[in-house]
Amino acid sequence: MLLYSIKRLFLMVPILLGITLLSFTIMHMAPGGPAEAQMEFSAKASAEARERLRKLYGADQPLHKQYFTWLTKFMTLDFGEAFADGKKVKDKILERLPITLTINLLSLSVVLAIAIPIGILSATHQYSLLDRLTTLFVFVGYSMPHFWLALLLIYLLGVQWGIVPISGIQSLDLTGLSAWGRLMDKANHLILPVLVSAVGGLAGFSRYMRNNMLEVMRQDYIRTARAKGLSENAVVYKHALRNALMPVITILGLAVPGVIGGSAIMEQVFGIPGMGQLMFQAVFSRDYNVAMGILVPAALLTMLGNFLADIGYAFADPRVRLR
Amino acid sequence: MARLTGPVQRSMGTSPSRTAQQAYVHLRRNWLAAGGGVLVVIVFAAALLAPWISPHDPAQIDVKSILLGPSIQHPFGTDELGRDVLSRMIWGSRVSLEVGFVAIGIATFIGILIGAAAGYYGGAVDSVLMRFVDIMLSLPTIFLVLVVIAILEPSIINIMIVIGLTSWMEPARLVRAEFISLKEREFVTAARALGAADGRIIFRHILPNGLSPILVSATMGVGGAILVESALSFLGLGVQPPTPSWGSLLSSGKDNIEIAWWLSVFPGLAILVTVLGYNVLGEGIRDALDPRQRER
Repeated sequence: MLLYSIKRLFLMVPILLGITLLSFTIMHMAPGGPAEAQMEFSAKASAEARERLRKLYGADQPLHKQYFTWLTKFMTLDFGEAFADGKKVKDKILERLPITLTINLLSLSVVLAIAIPIGILSATHQYSLLDRLTTLFVFVGYSMPHFWLALLLIYLLGVQWGIVPISGIQSLDLTGLSAWGRLMDKANHLILPVLVSAVGGLAGFSRYMRNNMLEVMRQDYIRTARAKGLSENAVVYKHALRNALMPVITILGLAVPGVIGGSAIMEQVFGIPGMGQLMFQAVFSRDYNVAMGILVPAALLTMLGNFLADIGYAFADPRVRLR
Repeated sequence: MARLTGPVQRSMGTSPSRTAQQAYVHLRRNWLAAGGGVLVVIVFAAALLAPWISPHDPAQIDVKSILLGPSIQHPFGTDELGRDVLSRMIWGSRVSLEVGFVAIGIATFIGILIGAAAGYYGGAVDSVLMRFVDIMLSLPTIFLVLVVIAILEPSIINIMIVIGLTSWMEPARLVRAEFISLKEREFVTAARALGAADGRIIFRHILPNGLSPILVSATMGVGGAILVESALSFLGLGVQPPTPSWGSLLSSGKDNIEIAWWLSVFPGLAILVTVLGYNVLGEGIRDALDPRQRER
């Protein structure tokens, strides 16, 4: 297994290189560069000034040179500066990361807290009314554009009933609020984004959990457990649940890119200044350093997530032999 | 070989017509799948019959009836230019279905090529292709889509291409898995012994036998592509005005959310119903084709 881990880790290097190469190339294939994007609104900028700016960004160099410059800097964990305001990309990301992370971790907790019990119940009561209802919910949750759900909730809870704020992460005027008041203000702003982000995951996870449980309940050791006279609760919650939970670990790792993609749209709808919004802006203003600074670590996280999931899986289940 | 008769033969009876028949019976029994099929057909009919069934001209601007709520004349209200929302939705169904089908066609085509090559040839070809799939899967789709749209400029054709280019990974993996298990079977050995070329074995012998998971994933993929299109158009990166699409209708819904709920509710409902139809139908086909009833 140690050998396997080392092999996997080494294999990640070419994949990561591939990711950087691919995203770098397609980003630079887009017409216009940072200089053009910045000068779009100042028609007066002379060709000379434009050229100077291009030089400043290194955009006058051939593409492969730009790539290697970027790569060597990246390896020393230097993500470069944002073209837009000259701030360090790392600082920009660290500034945006907490809010995106908060929303996603909160919604993940909501998802797990609801999806696991639902999955268990609909598996142990297969084809019951509850199972049918959750199946319906799963399909609807899957088939719905989540930004649409966001719109509906904004209208219903925000506009009609006025119980939650409809955008941003805090009220404009925080003066006169105690620390507790500020926290509540923030929580209020987070309710809708967290709720909406949770719906998609909820559908997927509860279905996944249900299928895992059904699969496990068919196994011989469950029959054995029943045959030796254990109560149904002990069979379900001790023997089956543990085994059914394991595969859930693996899809957590695979969820990272989806989370980032989902955040991009969600943050756009709710006007949240997070990572998704940053990436969105970066791609459009051709702010290569910022976009790469978000993408590559995200891709790395995905790979690490997968890797840890595989390893964790092998630890949890001794029958799994990794080669 | 002695002829088998009676129950033995019946239990071994796996002639294609019989499995197809069983599958059909199962499909019909499965009310969920049938319901999905009905939804799919309804939306299809709406798209086909758009010129005849839409009550108004979808592009007819009417300054006297801006942002009217649902009424008998305008069942789903009017938008910020006084256009009839129902008519725009009916015409928009054409765009959404076109995008869904063409995009998934592209994705399935690429997926089959890559998956077949990886599964059939194995070894280095497999490693390289599958690492490429890993790379594509590690990048958030929305990023790829955004960048490609930035390169190609938003238009219906480009949306189809973009969605196709970013959703072939799952079909590729499915096809590869099918090929890996099928290529060891006797009929492949037989074909090879007869001197069939690789291309013939891949496309005439193995592929037809491994089509069912691809069919399922393509059916659900159409729904997924419609969702991506709506999200892109919602962000202003997809189908451009004045062409109506469900996503772009929602986009104007967002701008008027505080005064005109109907702009947001109905187009979203159309997306939900359509995508639901494809997902449920896909699930139904899977149940019907796979006797083990396994869900993944």
